[in-house]
Amino acid sequence: MRTCAESFDAYILRALGRDYGENLLPRGLDITTCDQVFLIASGLIWNIYFAGLAIIIGFGLAVGVAVARFGESRILSPLAGGFIFVFRGSPLFIQFFFFYSAFVLLPRSGIDIPLGFVTLTVNTSALTTAQVGGLVVLVLNTTAYSAELFLGALRSIPKGDLEAADAYGMSGFTKFRRVVFPSMLRLAWPSYTNEAIFLTHSTTLVFLSAFPARQQSGEAFYYARYFVDQTFNPFFAYPLVAAYFVVLTLSIIGAFGLVNRHLNRHLPQERRARYRFRPQYLR
Amino acid sequence: MFSFCTDPSVLPDWQWFACYLTNATHLQFYRAFGVVLVLLAITAPVALGMGMLGALALRSRFAPLVWFGKGYVNIVRGVPDIVFFLFVPIALGQGIEWVMHQINCPDWDQPIRQGNDFIVCREAKVPPLNSAAWVYQLYAFLMAVVAFALVFGAFAANTLHGAMQAVPRAQIETAEAYGMTRAQAFRRIVLPQMWVYALPGLSNIWQILIKATPLLFLLGIQDIVFWARELGGQKTSLFAYPHPDWRMWYFLGLLCFYLFLTWGSERAFARLNARLSRGQATAAGERMRKAAA
Repeated sequence: MRTCAESFDAYILRALGRDYGENLLPRGLDITTCDQVFLIASGLIWNIYFAGLAIIIGFGLAVGVAVARFGESRILSPLAGGFIFVFRGSPLFIQFFFFYSAFVLLPRSGIDIPLGFVTLTVNTSALTTAQVGGLVVLVLNTTAYSAELFLGALRSIPKGDLEAADAYGMSGFTKFRRVVFPSMLRLAWPSYTNEAIFLTHSTTLVFLSAFPARQQSGEAFYYARYFVDQTFNPFFAYPLVAAYFVVLTLSIIGAFGLVNRHLNRHLPQERRARYRFRPQYLR
Repeated sequence: MFSFCTDPSVLPDWQWFACYLTNATHLQFYRAFGVVLVLLAITAPVALGMGMLGALALRSRFAPLVWFGKGYVNIVRGVPDIVFFLFVPIALGQGIEWVMHQINCPDWDQPIRQGNDFIVCREAKVPPLNSAAWVYQLYAFLMAVVAFALVFGAFAANTLHGAMQAVPRAQIETAEAYGMTRAQAFRRIVLPQMWVYALPGLSNIWQILIKATPLLFLLGIQDIVFWARELGGQKTSLFAYPHPDWRMWYFLGLLCFYLFLTWGSERAFARLNARLSRGQATAAGERMRKAAA
């Protein structure tokens, strides 16, 4: 049996791959409580990686999609609407399967995209890994969900704000940057906090669906499931991973709450947008 | 299926596809769509019932019942429900076997958990040993229904409780002025009126429920995801219908199936909402009244 310190050394970074810990995961009767605690904790690295990058990239894209949908362009607006409809109307689980099976069909050697003066080579084999391909799916998914939130916020920007901007002679990008965007962000932020939470929770689906966990490096829930399969005891690993996610959720609420305070700093206390926890896990 | 299907390798394209799409495994695939719809049809009323019970518990005047309701709703809502979907069936299965074991084999002297094994006597196995494969499938399916009902019952309880609170206070006061008891006021005044307030939340839960159904695959049920993977995978010439990797097309089909389901139910809920708003003391009801007048 390993001591707790030994299993800390062996498994705390194991999620990064074989080079960062034991070659094999603990098996059968060899599994200790500390193994479960540390290996599942190491899986959180990937949950944070997926959620963090997807939120950052998805945020920028979502603002673009929401503005395109809200605008009056005959081409862009229906296009953005269709994008939102497809990704919000279908289960993320199926999206993972679909994109994975599409990515494996791409030629292994990469695709050359000629841009005139330079040729861009897209590394297609990376797309079949969870770390890149799974992230792409998560980004597309969160873009659609956040775009819908931002769209709602764009629709409910007070008319007076826009009129004031017009009165100052602002137009185009200046108006967007100084008036529309800050108001939109402030109005959408409480629901965007929920979006960030549930995106984090849905990172558990990456390895449960099509994407393979190479070298058995997966996220927290992948390891929890592994332990339950090995020990046939669901009463430790699942509550443990749930507890980790509660901690993750609380830190997201804390961090986003700080941003919310910053966004609302000009408003009197009772007119500030408040955050409400509204669980909607599955997507 | 068709008379010309005896030797698929010599068929022209459209006949080949006609035979391919109607062979025995594809028929099982189509039946799996029925399984999804059956799951939805069973889970939705059960979850609504559990939600109703939960909401009544939250409203009750008996403190332990309120605590129980709050505990149920908050625990389920606070934990990622993928954990619940995988936890409930296995935990419940072990619980049932444990109870059966206590009843059937009282003089069993070995511990049930030995290392990593969960050992109960032969008589306590659920479903009984050597059952037919479909019994195991049905058992797994029922476990999935319980897990879905537990999770979505908690969501529904929260929504229904909110809806009961949203019925205007004056309505209940009027009922009291007429001398109705608490139960009568609930049955005659709150219950008929709460649905219009509950509907947006319930429609949301329904959409989430639809999108949760592919998780049946994780519970080891031969659902549409299972069959799409089986059928779409590359088939060599050993098979009657050899083809390259077509999983992408199968999953595209599933994607369209779900889009159609969510789109259709969105429209159905919009209609229901219009129907329920008639004569209600809400903005939508007021607008309908004015339009008619």
